[in-house]
Amino acid sequence: MPEPEDEIRRAVGNMDQLLPKNMWRTRKPSLPELSEVEVARHFIRLSQMNYGIDSGLYPLGSCTMKYNPKINEALASLPTLSMVHPYQDESTVQGMLEILYTLERWLSEITGTFEVCLHPAAGAHGEFLGTLLMHACLKLSGECEKRTEVIVPDSAHGTNPASAAMAGFNVVVVPSGADGCIDIEALKTVTCEKTAGLMLTNPNTLGIFEKDIGEIAKIIHEAGGLLYYDGANLNPLLGRARPGDMGFDIVHINIHKTFSTPHGGGGPGAGPVGVSKDLAQFLPVPRVAFDGKLYRLDYDKPQSIGKMRGFQGNVAVLLRAYAYIQTMGFEGLKEAAEISVLNANYVMKKLGSVKGLTVPYDNKKPRKHECVISAKPLKSETGVSALHVAKRLLDFGLHAPTVYFPLIVDEALMIEPTETFEKEELDRFVEAIKRICEEAYTNPQNVLTAPHSTAVSRLDEVKASHPRTMSLSWRMHIKKEEMSENPHNKYIQ
Amino acid sequence: MKLLSKPGHPYIPNSAADTKQKMMRELGISSIDELYADLPEKYRLKKKLNLPEKALSEFEVRRRVEALLSKNKSCKDMPIFLGAGCWPHYVPAVVQEIVSRSEFLTSYTPYQPEVSQGMLQALFEYQSMMCELTSMEVSNCSMYDWASALGEAARMAARVKGRNEILVPRIIHPERAATLQVYAEPAGISVRRVEYNAENGQVNLEDLKNKMSERTAAVYVENPSYLGFIESQVDEIGREAHSHDSLFIVGIDPTSLGILKPPGEYGADIVVGEAQPLGNGMNFGGPLLGIMACRDDMSLIRQMPGRIIGLTTTQDNSRQGFCMTLQTREQHIRREKATSNICTNEALCAVASTVYMALLGPQGFRQLGETIMYKANYAMQLLSKIQGIRSPVFKSAHFKEFTVNFDKTGRTVEEVHKKLLRHQVHGGKDISKELPELGQTALYCITETHSKQEIEKLRDTLEEVLGER
Repeated sequence: MPEPEDEIRRAVGNMDQLLPKNMWRTRKPSLPELSEVEVARHFIRLSQMNYGIDSGLYPLGSCTMKYNPKINEALASLPTLSMVHPYQDESTVQGMLEILYTLERWLSEITGTFEVCLHPAAGAHGEFLGTLLMHACLKLSGECEKRTEVIVPDSAHGTNPASAAMAGFNVVVVPSGADGCIDIEALKTVTCEKTAGLMLTNPNTLGIFEKDIGEIAKIIHEAGGLLYYDGANLNPLLGRARPGDMGFDIVHINIHKTFSTPHGGGGPGAGPVGVSKDLAQFLPVPRVAFDGKLYRLDYDKPQSIGKMRGFQGNVAVLLRAYAYIQTMGFEGLKEAAEISVLNANYVMKKLGSVKGLTVPYDNKKPRKHECVISAKPLKSETGVSALHVAKRLLDFGLHAPTVYFPLIVDEALMIEPTETFEKEELDRFVEAIKRICEEAYTNPQNVLTAPHSTAVSRLDEVKASHPRTMSLSWRMHIKKEEMSENPHNKYIQ
Repeated sequence: MKLLSKPGHPYIPNSAADTKQKMMRELGISSIDELYADLPEKYRLKKKLNLPEKALSEFEVRRRVEALLSKNKSCKDMPIFLGAGCWPHYVPAVVQEIVSRSEFLTSYTPYQPEVSQGMLQALFEYQSMMCELTSMEVSNCSMYDWASALGEAARMAARVKGRNEILVPRIIHPERAATLQVYAEPAGISVRRVEYNAENGQVNLEDLKNKMSERTAAVYVENPSYLGFIESQVDEIGREAHSHDSLFIVGIDPTSLGILKPPGEYGADIVVGEAQPLGNGMNFGGPLLGIMACRDDMSLIRQMPGRIIGLTTTQDNSRQGFCMTLQTREQHIRREKATSNICTNEALCAVASTVYMALLGPQGFRQLGETIMYKANYAMQLLSKIQGIRSPVFKSAHFKEFTVNFDKTGRTVEEVHKKLLRHQVHGGKDISKELPELGQTALYCITETHSKQEIEKLRDTLEEVLGER
């Protein structure tokens, strides 16, 4: 840590005079007191207890865990990005603004929307913006009091209803039909003069394309509502179809899914939002503008909803996406979509014939980027559930798929292989699931007690959340230990 | 090494022609189009998009992006005296090394704790150290940034108290105020501003008392304030909030907490703030790292937004371990009844901050705070000696940011800053439009990264440009 020069110390004088007496910290924070060596080694060791994309298949459904190209990391660490302040004079950030401006246009082209805003920090943040835009629209038309409902399918991501509720809407759930798509008749029933909009993921969380999207759009628009596209599943449509062309008015994009930026153990991501022409006026400020010569930040948008975060977006994440689009090109993006679909269908076909597993909803219908398998027969015949299968998979050095989602499938295993894993890795995954299912019939105990070869075995989640044992920080843990009735027991029961 | 008939894209192994053919045969299809057969004809994209058509080589991409970025000027090219919510601080090499570890960088949310202990423990350590620094007991493992954390804190307070008003000082960052408004409005929360004392900028206690009522869910203050001065009436403000059974929310800059009294010691119920300065670059304003901490009180904890990591044991009680906890507050379980919709957050930035906090330790934080305060005071001293300049505007102690008023120079901030820039010095943030009552005033920021030479260059250049006709 640089220290102040002696002249500065002399000129400023006694430190004690610089703060009011009552505002000094008197007790030092109880932070580690370690050498750099110890700190470095500690965190490197921790990293070795963590599974990443470079460790192997990461088939979490609707998460699009694709390879994170190394060149993007190299570019994002340049000081010409990391040491640039967001309030710098526009003349000193022309390169930055050009990148953001161009990325907005590319994303708007990819999604078929009129204008894209890069501000949201995550997909759910984009959803929040989307539902706020619905609200802004209603405010302008004076329909706020009237249109209070946002419709979401029963297969929707949890963020959809949560975002709609955050923006002040009531959530109405529409069921899926026998084919796994929205039940059109049910949709007609719930759509009414109270409808503000419908939030839809397409392909949906079963990996099935909503074939009736044209009619869905018509129903919502005729009722005076807006159609929202959850971009979590955009990957299979790149270069093949565009949400804007299907009638979606608002589209969010998960940069950390479709555009290859790393998830960082839960973030940072970026959730840009694309909108139709009528909605562009409501987007948060500043907007990146270009007059043919110079780029600038435009704050003069009287209809804007305002701000939903500080500054203008997770720029270091967005830069990676900018680089990614260039390393792919239009042809490469289309190929990524196609191979992601090929991989998902390949895995579905292979798993569909495994004893104990079924493919719910029309198994003849091609899936897009992901497929959902049910372990319901396995559970009833052996007691081994989807969760157990997931845990046992970890012993094979593989990551588990998403389990128990979507909610409409019992014992769901939701698998999204993405385009960035080779056939051999997919075969290894299929083979592992096969062996686990066989084991469920022959030696269920071994599956039920899995994992066996990970850094730790199954964790006690009840203990973690019970008010008596809950330890959300080290100081809370110490406090709980002191309160524990049995001082000899290191861990509270 | 197998030979591929036609190599595919480097990121798409199965795009190699022979593999693709083999997989298509397994599926009994002869064209990928068959997998898209269910896409209605009218929605199939038939044109090429206006994007770079062909993939560029890594070399070309690197050259292009580097060339574009080199049009930017950074703190390396000139001294920059901007802060206001995003600050230049030194990022130690160890921090960069750890967050570049692919196992951390490329992992997903730790849904499978058995293979995510590294990330879970690092985030638990983040929560623990943030609690030590703020003197609170509970912290989540990140919000998007300070502004959105404040928005969420207001909603949290309203839920906890069943009330719908939050009192906020008039002097806060305009973007933070705007974000708060956007978060508060749909929840039916009204934001009322509390006036400040003209002389020292501190919260006007009389005005605060007048505005307190049974509707007040929370009182919010910032320390240091947006304009850099220390709010020294925090004990009184906290008492005032609690005497009306309202919550006390405090916004902080963690780099101050090695020397400044932590909010937990003056009664804060919820703490928000910005941890970008702890090991994260500025990156043109994002990603940032929102702090959200609270007291050990179930009525608060149950309403907290965001992900929380808990310390627990293995089911057989043989080992200590970590897992995500209290997930029933979150959107993937609770859906529309969740405390927030937040899912993806700023986990890796939190890991960077964890490493940073561990590296500094208590002595390092004290030293950091002292260095910043010495340097900022030195800068104020130098600038206030320049004819026509008043710095700081408010008679209060300041930490790393301070106001510089140009009224008596007869120049606007804009004029002065344009001229400074021609001399390769970037001034602070022009706040003359957002707080017009302060006249031609700018907000300057000095951290440990600003050298004595740079501060003196600022003084010299200001003297020079103010002397110009």
